[in-house]
Amino acid sequence: MFGLNRSDTLLLIFVALLTMLAPFFLNPFPEGSSLAQFNGGYPDLMQRFVIFGIFAIGFNILFGLTGYLSFGHAAFLGIGSYAAIWMMKLLTMNVIPAIILSVIVAGVFSLFVGYISLRRSGIYFSILTLAFAQMSYALAYSVLTPITGGETGLQPKLSDPRILDTMLGGGGDATRANLFGLEMGKSWQMDWNGWVFTFNTGYYVAAVVMLIAFYLSIRIFRSPFGLMLRAIKTNQNRLNYTGVNTKPYTLAAFVISGMYAGLAGGLLVAMDTQVGPERMFWTASGEVVLMTILGGVGTLIGPVLGAGLIKYMENILSKINEGLLETWFAFMPDTAGDVVVTVLALFTGKGWHLTLGLIFMLVVVFLPGGLVGGLVQGGRRMFRSRDGKATRETKSNQTPPTSTPAE
Amino acid sequence: MAILQVRNVSKRFGGLQALNDVNLSVEEGTVHAIIGPNGAGKSTLLNCFVGRLIPDTGTVMFDGKSLLGIKPHEINQIGVSRVFQTPEIFGDLSLLENVMIPTFAHRDGAFKVNWWNRADRESDIQDHAEEILQEIGLYEKRHEIADAMSRGDKRRLEMAMCLSQDPKLLLLDEPTAGMSRADTNATIDLLKRLGETRGLTKVIIEHDMHVVFSLASYISVLAQGTVIAGNTPELIKGDPKVKEAYLGTEAE
Amino acid sequence: MDAILLQILNGLDKGSAYALIALGLTLIFGTLGVVNFAHGALFMIGAFCAVVLARIMNYSRVVIDETRTDFLGNPMKIEVPYLHDWFGPATGQTMIEWSVPLAILFSIPVMWFVGYAMERGLIRHFYKRPHADQILVTFGLAIVLQEIVKHFFGANPIQTPAPPAFSGSFDVGAMLGFDPNVIIYPYWRLIYFAFAAVIIGAVFAFLQFTTFGMVVRAGMADRETVGLLGIDIDKRFTTMFAIAACVAGLAGVMYAPINAPNYHMGMDFLVLSFVVVVVGGMGSLAGAVLAGFMLGILESIASMAQVIEYLPGINQIVIYLVAIIILLTRPRGLLGRKGVMEE
Repeated sequence: MFGLNRSDTLLLIFVALLTMLAPFFLNPFPEGSSLAQFNGGYPDLMQRFVIFGIFAIGFNILFGLTGYLSFGHAAFLGIGSYAAIWMMKLLTMNVIPAIILSVIVAGVFSLFVGYISLRRSGIYFSILTLAFAQMSYALAYSVLTPITGGETGLQPKLSDPRILDTMLGGGGDATRANLFGLEMGKSWQMDWNGWVFTFNTGYYVAAVVMLIAFYLSIRIFRSPFGLMLRAIKTNQNRLNYTGVNTKPYTLAAFVISGMYAGLAGGLLVAMDTQVGPERMFWTASGEVVLMTILGGVGTLIGPVLGAGLIKYMENILSKINEGLLETWFAFMPDTAGDVVVTVLALFTGKGWHLTLGLIFMLVVVFLPGGLVGGLVQGGRRMFRSRDGKATRETKSNQTPPTSTPAE
Repeated sequence: MAILQVRNVSKRFGGLQALNDVNLSVEEGTVHAIIGPNGAGKSTLLNCFVGRLIPDTGTVMFDGKSLLGIKPHEINQIGVSRVFQTPEIFGDLSLLENVMIPTFAHRDGAFKVNWWNRADRESDIQDHAEEILQEIGLYEKRHEIADAMSRGDKRRLEMAMCLSQDPKLLLLDEPTAGMSRADTNATIDLLKRLGETRGLTKVIIEHDMHVVFSLASYISVLAQGTVIAGNTPELIKGDPKVKEAYLGTEAE
Repeated sequence: MDAILLQILNGLDKGSAYALIALGLTLIFGTLGVVNFAHGALFMIGAFCAVVLARIMNYSRVVIDETRTDFLGNPMKIEVPYLHDWFGPATGQTMIEWSVPLAILFSIPVMWFVGYAMERGLIRHFYKRPHADQILVTFGLAIVLQEIVKHFFGANPIQTPAPPAFSGSFDVGAMLGFDPNVIIYPYWRLIYFAFAAVIIGAVFAFLQFTTFGMVVRAGMADRETVGLLGIDIDKRFTTMFAIAACVAGLAGVMYAPINAPNYHMGMDFLVLSFVVVVVGGMGSLAGAVLAGFMLGILESIASMAQVIEYLPGINQIVIYLVAIIILLTRPRGLLGRKGVMEE
């Protein structure tokens, strides 16, 4: 289906179900229960899941396929955001033009950065991209204040021209993003026996965009173009002597992933209609690297999972403070409860970074290849020990090339 | 007709005269071996053919076009393929994909963003790659990862990759280096067979005299950066100059 | 002219810190082939060695002085550091004031242990793993170390003064024949620079003149060959890592009076140190030192008012701009070798 092979189709359907039903299974705990704190099914967080998923999917097209590690991808996200907000200020609060422009502007900028940075490879390439991103950040922060709003950033104002909106009679709220009148911030709630599920327009718009982005990335992975990119990762020298001009291939991958980043940036603005320079800081670039590695470099779904895990911890763990812990463990005897609360408090609330750091270490140590790589390997090991060698051989005759990136 | 013409090629590295006024011509359809003691400049010469090095003086003409100053991928695109001394393959990919990549490059040229189609649905490419693997005896292993192969298989894979492009000229840099006697003989047989079925022009750099005399139809002897002799194997064997410079010291 | 000289001097201390951190990073990368994102954390731990020693030395007992009262009329509580009891008030007080230089002695065994444990416990298992895994695991470790420090010392910077003898400034300009009171330079920064020079010199001497250093240099040139020599390279790697940790730690200890230590100071330095290492050329120790000082001084010159007037914002981006220009004109950085980390 969709021109994909069976396992890719299943994966796409799985991801589609995951995103469409997210409001349900991200809220597994009834409202008001002590575990409701772990519910991730509120609009702001769900939007972040899919938007950073897009960012990581795009990053993986560059890093996962070609092996070129960019340390400056947040710049493209940031530039996409600035482009989108200007579109909203000048033209219309409808998100479509904003998102389109953010992709184009990020694409052009990544063409420039990529053309220069790809003259070098390995860590020299990484540092060049880092340098461009840090310069963008510093300039957005200082000299370019008239365009970027400096430290405070930009937001739509009532006084903005919004040419298209005024031409069409200025319908809708002037500071809220919409899709042909449908407000991004609008949510419906569904009550069911104490469970509350929230369906948010913005989330569903972003989720559909992510599904398209994910589908396109599968096509790229399985295409001759993707095969060339993977060949660049394993032996660029051989590829040159095979009659392939590797430069435009890497540049194309760089620009595509830059456009994905711009798309994510535009969507962020479509959701919260604001942008600041910190979006381009190197830690933001580092974050997408970590998301991709954590989920599984070069796998299709890994980056999405990595993005989800990091954003979940950032938003959920950081909210669990000591007071909350005390109510949870109030049933325990005083001293024991105190000990548990003190220990857990180290890992939650303001200390959530500690958990993040530990997870990074544990994943790398115990699940080489990230979450997906680890799962696939674990699955294969079980499969092998149960069915022995014979199955493996028949399997290798049926399945597509074993080097195809794992799901 | 000479497909490769090398005229007055010289190359210096600092104080070392690696190539000194080299002249040779490779006739179409022949197997031309370049032999010589270590440091004679064989690899330097080969690197001048594929765009890795540019000679200080002289010309290298392939099929009427100059090979100097154009990039490796452009040289490949006009019909020159190279097998390296240590196998250069796509280690993380399957054998089939290893052969599909050069086939794509042959069909689509140096750059084409073909991102919508599925690589495994490009049946002409797939069939051609499988045919080549069949011919070279690696078909059964086509779904295995290249890095897991033995050294001999890797080298055969690399030959398959070059053959898939149907090159006009195949350059082989010590194709049997580090191989056992049995593997060497198998490689000789393979190269012979390929020569018969395709009539391919080959330039071989080789140390092993057994290989050279089994395959070559013409031999050039390189010593200290100069061609000191060039003739058929029978006549080279009898040439006293060659014996002195090379065979006398190294062989047996 | 004098203004430029002042900026060069101002750039020296930051440049020294860059150079010391980059030196350790290069050593680790060159010998072990590991991209160590936790190196900034080592610098931070060094700085906190100074904080810890200052706290230990200030450890006090409380004496109630009946003769004086505080503002509520209660008898005054006076904290008397134990050092005063043991060495007499004068000597004890001097020791407390000199806690930062003394922390050098304290930090060496601490950093050695930290480096040793880190290499043995974690880094060792990542020599053969892809750089991506190394980045993720060392980044995770850096976060964990930061959070531990934050837990014990809080999120705010902790003032850690230099000994009073060095807290002043002196007039460099007058000494060099410029007008007096134009080029005023704090003593401690000069000391930091001298200290960095000594450490850098010591590391180079160690690598140049000892058998151990010879093996390490050979290892940086060609790791596989050295492994083939049958030298017990593992042990030397551990030692090398510990030395690099000590260098970063010492850089941190002495930096404490210049910039009050906080838990994320390591991350702030880490990225710039990576830029420094790469601009210097991967695998080149001299390049790391050269690039460290060069970028430190350029940063400082670019922040002069006269420069900013002509090129607004240049002070924010100069390091990165220079890094881009150098990497484009010199493919392997200032003094880099071919083939290191290019795949």
